[in-house]
Amino acid sequence: MNVIKELWRTLIESLTGLGAVVRFLLRMIVLIPSALWRYDLVLAQIWNAGALSLVIIMLSGLFVGMVLGLQGFQLLQRFGSEESLGVAAAIGLVKELGPVVTALLFAGRAGTALASELGLMRATDQLSAMEMMAVDPIKRVVVPRFLGGVIAMPLLAAIFSMIGIYGAQLIGVQIMGVDAGSFWSQMRGGVSLSDINEGIVKSGIFGVACSLIAVYEGYYATPTAAGVGRATTRTVVTSAVVVLFLDYLLTAAFL
Amino acid sequence: MAIPRGRVTAVMGPSGTGKTTLLRLITGQLRADSGSIEVAGQDMRTLNRAGLYELRRRMGMLFQNGALLTDLSVFENVAFPLREHTDLPYSLIRPLVLTKLQAVGLRGAADLMPAELSGGMSRRVALARAIVMDPEILIYDEPFVGLDPISMGVIVRLIRRLNDTLNLTSIVVSHDVEEISTVADHVFLLSGGKVVAKGTPQELRNYPSEIVRQFVGGLADGPVPFHYPAPDYFAELLASGEDS
Repeated sequence: MNVIKELWRTLIESLTGLGAVVRFLLRMIVLIPSALWRYDLVLAQIWNAGALSLVIIMLSGLFVGMVLGLQGFQLLQRFGSEESLGVAAAIGLVKELGPVVTALLFAGRAGTALASELGLMRATDQLSAMEMMAVDPIKRVVVPRFLGGVIAMPLLAAIFSMIGIYGAQLIGVQIMGVDAGSFWSQMRGGVSLSDINEGIVKSGIFGVACSLIAVYEGYYATPTAAGVGRATTRTVVTSAVVVLFLDYLLTAAFL
Repeated sequence: MAIPRGRVTAVMGPSGTGKTTLLRLITGQLRADSGSIEVAGQDMRTLNRAGLYELRRRMGMLFQNGALLTDLSVFENVAFPLREHTDLPYSLIRPLVLTKLQAVGLRGAADLMPAELSGGMSRRVALARAIVMDPEILIYDEPFVGLDPISMGVIVRLIRRLNDTLNLTSIVVSHDVEEISTVADHVFLLSGGKVVAKGTPQELRNYPSEIVRQFVGGLADGPVPFHYPAPDYFAELLASGEDS
C-alpha cells in the first residue's frame, strides 16, 4: 500500500514539475520578441554557448569521426563495400551522432555554465536586485541565454558533423586507402536533403530541451552552495536522459 | 505600522523575527496571507506584475551584500536601471552615473569590476545604483552587517545625507543598536513577528519592556532565551546514550 502511495506521490510531483517547466517555457516564449529586440544580449549568449564550446565540439567531432572511420571500414570491408564508408559515416553523423553527441557535450559545457551562473546570480541576490529595479530577470537574463543556446546548438551540431566527416575521411581515405573519389561521390549521392533536415530538426529540438533545462534549473536553484551544485548536476543528468529519449521519439517519427 | 514620509525609519529586532519578511512584503517580493500593506498609497495585494514594477521604479533597495551584477563594471552597474528604463544616450547617462558615484565617494572606482571592490565599497556602489533613478523610498536590508568601523561610519553618514538631500523616505532593517540610534528618526522593534515597541531611539532606551531592554542592552539571556528549547539537561546527559 505504501509503495503505491509513494509511486502516486512521485507521479504527482513529476507532473507538477513538468507543468512548472512548461509554464516557464511559455513565459519565455511570450518574452522572446522583446528579448530579440535587444539582439546584442542574444549575440553575447550565442558567443558564450556556441563559440566557447567550439573547441570541445570540434575535438570530439574529429575523434568520433575517426572512430566511425575505423569501425565503419572494418565492418564494410567484410562485405567488400568499403567505398560506402563515406555515406555510412555521413548519415551516421548527420542524423544521429552529430545532434546527440553535440547535445550531450553542450549540456556538459554550456548547460552547466548557464545553470551555475543563474544559480549564483540567485544566491547573490542579483536576480532579486533586478526585480527590485523593476527589470524582469527572465526577460533580461534568462531569455537571451535560452535563445543563445537554441541558436547555437544546430550550428554546433553542423560543425560537429562536418569535422566528423573529415575525421572519417582521414582514417578511411588517408590511412586505410579507401578511394577518395568513391568516398566523396557515394556520400554526395547517398545523403539526401531529408537526412540533413532530420539532423537540423533534432539538433533544434535538443537545443530547446538542453537550454530550457539549464536555465530552469539555474533560475530555480536553491540559493546555497549545495543548491547551485545540485542544479548543475541535475542539468547534465536531466539533459542527457531527455536528449536520448527525444532522440528515440524523433528517429521513430522520421522513419 | 505606519512609516512616515521623509524620515529615516528603522526596523529592528532579534534574528529570525521577521524583519526581512516585512521588507519583502513592503517591496512586493512576498504576498501577505492576511492583513494589508499600502505603499505610496497603493494596496500591495491588488497590484499585478506591471503595477508592481511601476511602483518599484519609485523605490530603491540596498541588499545586504550589495547584489551588484558581477559581469558589469561599477559604472555599468550604476547605469543599469537607466539603460533598462530610459533611452538616454551615453552622453547623458555618463554625468548622471558619475554624479551618483561622486555622492557615495566612488567616482574614481567607476572602471573597476565588482570582484575588485571591498564589502563596504560594493554596498556604496549598490547605494549609488539604488538612487540613480531618483526614488522616493529607499530600503536598506542590514546595511551594516560585516563592515569595518570606517565603512560602517560611511554608510551611516550616507543614509542620513541621502535621506535629507534627496528628500527620501528611508527604511533601514538592522539589528545594530548603536548605528541605528545615530541615524534613525523612528524605530520599530519587532519580536516574534509583532511590533513590541516603537519610538525614537532615545525613547527605546528607556522603554519599560523586558524584551526591549534585552535587545537594546545586548543581554545574552532574557525573553529571548540563551538556550534553544531542549529536554532537561541532566536527564539527557544521564540517559542511556544508545544510538536512536
